[in-house]
Amino acid sequence: MHLDATIATFLIQDGLTNGAVYALLGLAIVLVFSVTRVIFIPQGEFVAYGALTLATLDTGNVPGTPKLLLCFGVAAFLLDLWSWRRDLKVDALVRNVALNLGLPLLIYGAVLYLAPLQLPSVVRVLITVSIIAPMGLYVYRIAYRPLADASVLVLLITSVGVHLAMLGLGLIFFGPEGLRAAPLHDGSFSMGPLLVTAQSVLIYLMTILIMIALYFFFEKTLLGKALRATAVNRLGARLVGVRTQLTGVTAFVLAATIAALSGVLMGPITTIYYDTGFLIGLKGFVAAILGGMGSFPVTAIAAIGVGMVESFASFFASNYKEIIVFGLIVPVLIWLSIGAVHHEEE
Amino acid sequence: MSRNLLELTDIHVSYGRAEVLHGISLAMRPGSIVTVIGANGAGKTTLLNAVMGVIPSTGAILYDGVPVPRSVEARVAAGLCLVPEKRELFSSMTVEDNIELGGFLRSASERGETREELYARFPRLAERRKQLAGTLSGGERQMLALARALMSRPRLLLLDEPSLGLAPKIVADILNIVSELRKTGVAILLVEQNARAALEIADEGYLVELGEVRRSGPAAELAVDPALMESYLGAHS
Amino acid sequence: MMANKHLMPGIAAIALLAVFPLLPVPPFWITLANNIGLASLVAIGLVLLTGVGGLTSFGQAAFCGFGAYTTAVLTTAYGFSPWVTLPLSLLVGGAVAVPLGLMTVRLSGHYLPLGTIAWGLAIYYLYGRIELLGRYDGITGIPPLNIAGYPFLSGQSIFYVIWVFVILTAIGAQNLLDSRTGRGIRALRGGGQAAEAFGVNIVRAKLIVFIFAAIVAALSGWLYAHMQRSVNSTPFGLNMGIEYMLMAVVGGSGYIWGAIFGSAFVLIVKEILQRVMPELVGTGINVEMVVFGVLLVAILQLARNGLWPMVARLMPMKGQLSIPTSVRKLAKRTLAPAGSPLIKVDRARKAFGGLVAVSDVSFEVKAGQIVGLIGPNGAGKSTTFNLITGIASLTSGSVSYQGQPLTGNSPREIAKHGIARTFQHAKILPDMSVLENVALGAHLRGSAGVLRSFLRLDREEEATLLAEAAYQLDRVGLGQYRDRPAGDLALGQIRILEIARALAADPTILLLDEPAAGLRHGEKQELANLLNKLRQEGVSVLLVEHDMGFVMGLVDHLVVLDFGTLIAEGRPAEVRRHPAVVAAYLGGVA
Repeated sequence: MHLDATIATFLIQDGLTNGAVYALLGLAIVLVFSVTRVIFIPQGEFVAYGALTLATLDTGNVPGTPKLLLCFGVAAFLLDLWSWRRDLKVDALVRNVALNLGLPLLIYGAVLYLAPLQLPSVVRVLITVSIIAPMGLYVYRIAYRPLADASVLVLLITSVGVHLAMLGLGLIFFGPEGLRAAPLHDGSFSMGPLLVTAQSVLIYLMTILIMIALYFFFEKTLLGKALRATAVNRLGARLVGVRTQLTGVTAFVLAATIAALSGVLMGPITTIYYDTGFLIGLKGFVAAILGGMGSFPVTAIAAIGVGMVESFASFFASNYKEIIVFGLIVPVLIWLSIGAVHHEEE
Repeated sequence: MSRNLLELTDIHVSYGRAEVLHGISLAMRPGSIVTVIGANGAGKTTLLNAVMGVIPSTGAILYDGVPVPRSVEARVAAGLCLVPEKRELFSSMTVEDNIELGGFLRSASERGETREELYARFPRLAERRKQLAGTLSGGERQMLALARALMSRPRLLLLDEPSLGLAPKIVADILNIVSELRKTGVAILLVEQNARAALEIADEGYLVELGEVRRSGPAAELAVDPALMESYLGAHS
Repeated sequence: MMANKHLMPGIAAIALLAVFPLLPVPPFWITLANNIGLASLVAIGLVLLTGVGGLTSFGQAAFCGFGAYTTAVLTTAYGFSPWVTLPLSLLVGGAVAVPLGLMTVRLSGHYLPLGTIAWGLAIYYLYGRIELLGRYDGITGIPPLNIAGYPFLSGQSIFYVIWVFVILTAIGAQNLLDSRTGRGIRALRGGGQAAEAFGVNIVRAKLIVFIFAAIVAALSGWLYAHMQRSVNSTPFGLNMGIEYMLMAVVGGSGYIWGAIFGSAFVLIVKEILQRVMPELVGTGINVEMVVFGVLLVAILQLARNGLWPMVARLMPMKGQLSIPTSVRKLAKRTLAPAGSPLIKVDRARKAFGGLVAVSDVSFEVKAGQIVGLIGPNGAGKSTTFNLITGIASLTSGSVSYQGQPLTGNSPREIAKHGIARTFQHAKILPDMSVLENVALGAHLRGSAGVLRSFLRLDREEEATLLAEAAYQLDRVGLGQYRDRPAGDLALGQIRILEIARALAADPTILLLDEPAAGLRHGEKQELANLLNKLRQEGVSVLLVEHDMGFVMGLVDHLVVLDFGTLIAEGRPAEVRRHPAVVAAYLGGVA
């Protein structure tokens, strides 16, 4: 098959669609890393949880994730109790019960009630996100908060552990079969020779919307500024009264929300298995590494690049698609290491 | 009888196995300026960090008559505020954002009010409010660090070497600002290696040497104490 | 011979391993033991890489693949004998590690593991796509190992081959750690700055551990191929890479024998989960990923050094090492004649952006002198010091040593001149013994490389280096703490330890960065006595200090900086009365 204009535009559209999602994931990775120094490998599992939850809700069934959320909440509750075993205060206990037990129970109950109703897709998306987003909170509490002073390397190995556990939980709660969510919108329209699906337009819109929302959050709100301040100067942030826990939790909940939305966007365009999220998330990583784990704009542009490379690779060498995409890291590392040498000489 | 705002009893601090503060006791009244002076490495910065809770310490820290809360953030909320030696500004953020964040624990309207007061006090910062903090000169950075601290409306300001690295003329400016601040009712615990200047604006002074208080008393008396000269310039020999 | 009590557990373990296959145990126990051996090899590499060197890789399974596929292809398609493919397999594994290592070791710590995740996945997919490697079906019909016509077909027979390799590798790795090169590698974890100041090539040390880990992984792959007699891509994926990391973390970072313990622990737990759990809960829910993930996080949270230290505590303690004394002496530098110029700083200038930290400072250190560089906080002392030691680069001006310019030299090159330093914030390796910390200083006086150390052919040189270190410890009066972990020492002793380390480099000049900071009065006195003694022996000293009292009675010459410029220099008593100096220290106008 030869590459002609029609196929090329189709590939570009495909690359853009995936690249937009990778951009969201890459942004979440940079966000979490700069605020907490955690390399957020389990984000892929949040993507898969999001897609699989939506796909299950599409069928009118109750997904496994609310129950999982409840398990996370109970674990966080017990850990909090244990860490306060010496001086337990009533108000702290009440907050603990409300946050770690009340919230997941509420969500669980709501899902039980809402799932069988034939609700519009927008509501199903909202339900999905409100199940997954709080998981960011509990995962931070359970796995990362006790390690707040650990090195980046220890936090990275921790992330791999969390990834493994969440991957296993995904298998237990969703089983090995893949699911595909219904498109959020069925339509499509032609633009010249190109057939544009409503789903891909939705992806572009959502990506842009989320980026604008993030921009607004970081530039205009005090909490957003506190997150940036933490990233710039951890001690400085503490000295003005910004709690490390607060920024950590915020970063994780934001990242989980973005990951869940990415899953919701990806779910209808490809079949998602319990372990697919990891691969999708890693592509966000390739973009984030290209952005030096610090730059939002470079990460977003790099993500589009990753999507393009992947899309064209699947045309020219479909067998080697993943190899080419993950192999991309090699020139990136060479480029960065040359940069590092220059840095040393300065 | 007015009670002490801050009362330190037998404060010890260790880094790993090495103890650097060997039992410091200190008291200060509300609204006063107390300076901790002493040669470099005496443990002055460590003492401020311990009071702020940035590093763990043993011994009693009473603030307003009760034990001070445990975390740094809770101490900020209680009215303590540290301006550290390295300033710890948010260098890639604007002057305005830095100041804004100083009032992180306060409401938006309180912040707005205090901000305008601060801009009136530091017109240089008002001129540069859209500039990135990292591009400021040394003196401006120190002003910004002070302004950021004042945004939290502290009752006790902990100042660590506010004159460090500044040209003599700017040192005078900054110390002027510090002594002006007292009029607003805030108490100041000042660590300074510029001992003469610090003693000039302070009510009380503590001379710290090798992690212990060697002399303490009214600032004017300490300024002429021969122990001061000895501590800084070595014993006559 | 002295009875080496600490060797007893090792001998007992080897004896147990030797009879294990002969015991009436179920066959799957043998298989499990074989797998533990194979995993141990990979984990030993990881312990060196992560626990000792502070680098991390999740791609070790891919390196196993290189070993396994190399021998699989060569023995099946080209009829090579397995023993011939052994060096080739190791070579391929090592060769692949070189470019990846070169790419990542200069970057900050987290790029290597992230790189290995991506690269490990790419290689894993590649294994499954290449025709030569049999795509997903893999390669079957790999011949068994054989010696003199005896084929190692049974699990029992290959057991011995595997465990002989494991024990040899573990001993070799232990040898490597107890060597000159090993000290350089162990110093990586503390950031490597101190090691670099004594001539260790940090980039090379990182590369060495990375390649070592790749080669032992390839060895494991080679053994696996001949045990299983078929290979496909499954065991070389990322999940196995993560499992190896788990083994290393469980065993504990930095303990070779912990790697074997960790492998056994993880694989036995896995066996239990796979065999026993389904019987308990009925259907075969795959809980092992969850258990392993939680285990990994829990160990990092609760016992970051792994479980091995707890096991090791039950074993007899290692006795005090005897240091051989009657070995050949190390060559010594000839010291420059007293009074000749040693270090010359000429109009040195350092600007950070618009801020001039050091402004055209000139001074000289003559042989046999103690020179003090003093000034209040922020005066530019540390920056000047860094300009001399090569940590910071000059904006203009020059620094020369005995007439040779040092400008542009790295700390490592500067060390070669016989310039040895201490650090303001002491940079010692707390887990290493006091003696080994000092021996690091003598790095450039030895030459043994990786291979000689691995095979323990470096003993004579090693003994000389350790004897030198022991001599320097006695010289500074820390001899009694020789075998204690350096982290046990008090701050004052650690400062002295740093001086002993610098002396082990046989320096002509010592550069001391605030040696008296944080010392108590008595300790300062001892330090001053030591420096006086060294001056009598002809060693020159440049010390940066803010404590005027300390330098007054000690130095021959004082250089005073304030605001980056030299405001006074001369004999201590004169400088002390200089009005500019009084003003700089006490403030105000004198």
